[in-house]
Amino acid sequence: MELYIHIPFCAHKCGYCDFLSFAAPERSYRGYVDKLIEEIYGQSKYFRGNHVTTVFVGGGTPSMLPSEMVEELFAVLYECFAIDFDAEITIEANPGTLTMDKLETYRQSGINRLSLGLQSTDDQELKTLGRIHTFEGFLKSYQRARQVGFANINVDLMSALPGQTVHSWKNTLRKVTMLKPEHISAYSLMIEEGTPFYERYGPANVRRYDRLWAKNKTEGGPQWAAWPPLPTEDEDREMYHLTKEFLAAQGYNRYEISNYAKAGSECLHNIGYWTGVDYLGLGLGASSYIDGCRYCNTPDLREYLSLDWKRPRAAVRNVQELTLEEKMEEFMFLGLRMARGVSGSEFLGRFGRNMWNIYEAPLKKLKAQGLIEVEAPWVRLSQLGIDVSNQVLSEFLLD
Amino acid sequence: MAAIDQSKIRNFCIIAHIDHGKSTLADRIIEKTGLLTSREMQSQVLDNMELERERGITIKAQTVRIIYQAKDGQEYIFNLIDTPGHVDFNYEVSRSLAACDGAVLVVDAAQGIEAQTLANVYLALDHDLDVFPVINKIDLPSADPDRVANEIEDVIGIEAHDAPRISAKTGQNVEEVLEAIVHRIPAPGGNPEAPLQALIFDSVYDSYKGVIVFCRIMEGTVKKGTLIRMMATGAEEEVVEVGYFGAGRFIPCESLSAGMVGYLTASIKNVKDTRVGDTITDVAHPCERPLPGYKKVTSMVYCGLYPADGARYNDLREALEKLQLNDASLFYEPETSVALGFGFRCGFLGLLHLEIIEERLEREYNLDLVTTAPSVVYRVYKKNGEVIELTNPTNLPDPTEIDYMEEPVVSAEIMVTTEFVGAIMTLCQERRGVYKGMEYMEETRALLKYDLPLNEIIYDFFDALKSRSRGYASFDYDLKGYERAELVKLDILVNREEVDALSFIVHAASAYERGRKMCEKLKGEIPRHLFEIPIQAAIGGKIIARETVKAVRKDVLAKCYGGDITRKKKLLEKQKEGKKRMRQIGNVEIPQKAFMSVLKLDDE
Repeated sequence: MELYIHIPFCAHKCGYCDFLSFAAPERSYRGYVDKLIEEIYGQSKYFRGNHVTTVFVGGGTPSMLPSEMVEELFAVLYECFAIDFDAEITIEANPGTLTMDKLETYRQSGINRLSLGLQSTDDQELKTLGRIHTFEGFLKSYQRARQVGFANINVDLMSALPGQTVHSWKNTLRKVTMLKPEHISAYSLMIEEGTPFYERYGPANVRRYDRLWAKNKTEGGPQWAAWPPLPTEDEDREMYHLTKEFLAAQGYNRYEISNYAKAGSECLHNIGYWTGVDYLGLGLGASSYIDGCRYCNTPDLREYLSLDWKRPRAAVRNVQELTLEEKMEEFMFLGLRMARGVSGSEFLGRFGRNMWNIYEAPLKKLKAQGLIEVEAPWVRLSQLGIDVSNQVLSEFLLD
Repeated sequence: MAAIDQSKIRNFCIIAHIDHGKSTLADRIIEKTGLLTSREMQSQVLDNMELERERGITIKAQTVRIIYQAKDGQEYIFNLIDTPGHVDFNYEVSRSLAACDGAVLVVDAAQGIEAQTLANVYLALDHDLDVFPVINKIDLPSADPDRVANEIEDVIGIEAHDAPRISAKTGQNVEEVLEAIVHRIPAPGGNPEAPLQALIFDSVYDSYKGVIVFCRIMEGTVKKGTLIRMMATGAEEEVVEVGYFGAGRFIPCESLSAGMVGYLTASIKNVKDTRVGDTITDVAHPCERPLPGYKKVTSMVYCGLYPADGARYNDLREALEKLQLNDASLFYEPETSVALGFGFRCGFLGLLHLEIIEERLEREYNLDLVTTAPSVVYRVYKKNGEVIELTNPTNLPDPTEIDYMEEPVVSAEIMVTTEFVGAIMTLCQERRGVYKGMEYMEETRALLKYDLPLNEIIYDFFDALKSRSRGYASFDYDLKGYERAELVKLDILVNREEVDALSFIVHAASAYERGRKMCEKLKGEIPRHLFEIPIQAAIGGKIIARETVKAVRKDVLAKCYGGDITRKKKLLEKQKEGKKRMRQIGNVEIPQKAFMSVLKLDDE
């Protein structure tokens, strides 16, 4: 089983972000961590028999928490769960919030993987995104992390950023790979509804603001009118394809749509999500998948803080018991995110059904369109299929 | 109910321009005569169908019989025959009028005479009806009853200064209307002993009684057991029941005799046997000749109706069958389209009729429909002498076989305030109108007369008219006949494949413009695919316009955070759902609404 722990706090909300995260005064951290510890005690009673293979502390920005709270949290985790001695234990950190003290605490708490949200090495691009750090600040954090002994570091990067060029993206890749992190997540920016970026780049306003930006007459408009235009779709794809080639040349293998790793450093926690491993989510809005059942905690902080974890499963929301069909659908649309694809023999072993029969029509169609590659027993996305993966994956939903 | 005194019967209708308050006045009359209590009154009692009430127009003729205690102490029987209020249903209006002896003309005290007012008055006068005016909406701040009375006298030439001035909404002075009906509308004539001669002015289908025929007895008497014949269709049946119309109810009675309005049932299964305008007679004592004015209704506008889900073809057929039971003017026959599969080519009286049927199919029968662009009926004269009535553009013969083509033309009358005359004349010219004349009704208003090709007005002419006159213009038309025209078939190719359901016939002069707009419109409707899609307009194989839908380059859900799989799945489901509402043409998925987009070319 895997554990996910959610820390929703951030120094400030970035313009593109639609995750469950927000800025909150430091004094509110204590109450949240106390409630989280209550939840760990309450929930762990039901998982006495399970052993934990990975732990992932995500956010938000978990590194916002003072080191003693992280220490306390892990003490409780070790007390309540049977965590494997060689478990992969990750914490996400913002380069601007990492101190030597925090890093040392992480190591002492058994955290062996650090995920740094860098996004870009170009300070102007970072500013547009609303990040609080600079590349210089990141370098310091990175070196400190190596100093305290982190031997497994991930760096998050984003392409298709406002104002980004193919050239500047290549620079980002070059600078980061020179540091030789074990793992790189390279996402292509998506403009999500409900974010300030959607106001600026969503279909309603994008042309108007692009024109305003070009004329440089942005005074008096909303702050985001000053943000530069997005790269064109062609540039976006060029960046994405460049990423794969560039990183491959540096010894990073793409094992999932947006994730690259040196051999043996793939993120086990994430692979678990794509391959149907059970996971328990703890904290505000955290999702769980246990015994074929998906559910999540309340995303309402006030409600979360008022929960009584002595009552069993107090905060569980949106419980959805997966049917056999739904399990098969997930097997396909999650498994296909992995570069190795999905295997027909594994499908047969897991469901006692023949994947080639059940998905005969979509497999035939997608293969003809060049969106998947078939190499029995494996089926995987082609390069083109990765570019338009949503269209491909939606074909595997059963009626 | 023995021997009803003919002199105490008044058969009348109310005629008005749309929104001048016809249905409200009808409600008020029914209320005042005491047949219904105020509590039982639904607003607009006569407009039965949900759709009619929503659109505020009358689609089917409705009839009610009421009893009025007049000031002279006598009891009168009023048969109020409500007429459809839209130009699409002109023939039905004329048959309803033929069933009356007089008409109440309602004119809005603020707006005065409109195009439909005139058209209806002329129609009423053609049927020798006595028309008396009522000036309605005097409660409006902008009401000017004196001006409107003058206008009625000047323009129509009927006495209007003693016309009741009422507010149907508040009920003010409505009694004056009731008295005027008694005194100004003549009692019916006819001899109850003469051979039966009854006019069918409407019919409805009832699942228990079969077809219920609405009729006005002109001569003779009909009762249960009479063997009757419909003179035009030749259908013969024995009468099962006769009766009259309560509000929303059928009330059986012994017999109907000359001068009366009522219904009869005769286990008639098919509404087609009881055509509006036909004459009913007694098989044993037939009348010498049918009543004048019968016409077989012909469809003016055709379009293809296809179920969005091909598996529901049979449901669509059943729904059309049921609708036709009540609406003999609805025509349909099966057809197939390469693009849309199995469906029906349907004929309608006009675009409003089409929209109503479409809405009823979607609402009452819960069908999701794909509708192709409406088309009028063209006459194609082939070189071999053959003449084809073309209802579906796809069936146009090869151009080399065609000698020439004709299109239907209407005579239109447009009433407009003088400041907009220029704009409306421009509009008519754009629509290939031929100017026929202009009359000033008064200083500020003019009646424009144009001959217009029907295919130029079925789509959006009415909307354009309203928008270019800030809502002040009103419009009425009559089919004039067929005229020769330079017509071409415009084909649309999507990804180099011709989409038959998107073809339409257009005048050669506007083909280029229409083709260009159509391509632009489709570009906006067709989602991006994995490959580039050219959209082309062509005439006889020659490409005249092109647009391109660019290929999708990126559609990735990069991050899937904290294991929130449910949210990701919802996104995929949305994507899949969107695809279901598409039609597969070759490799291209076209959304259903794209097939109607040709209608909305002039929106911008």
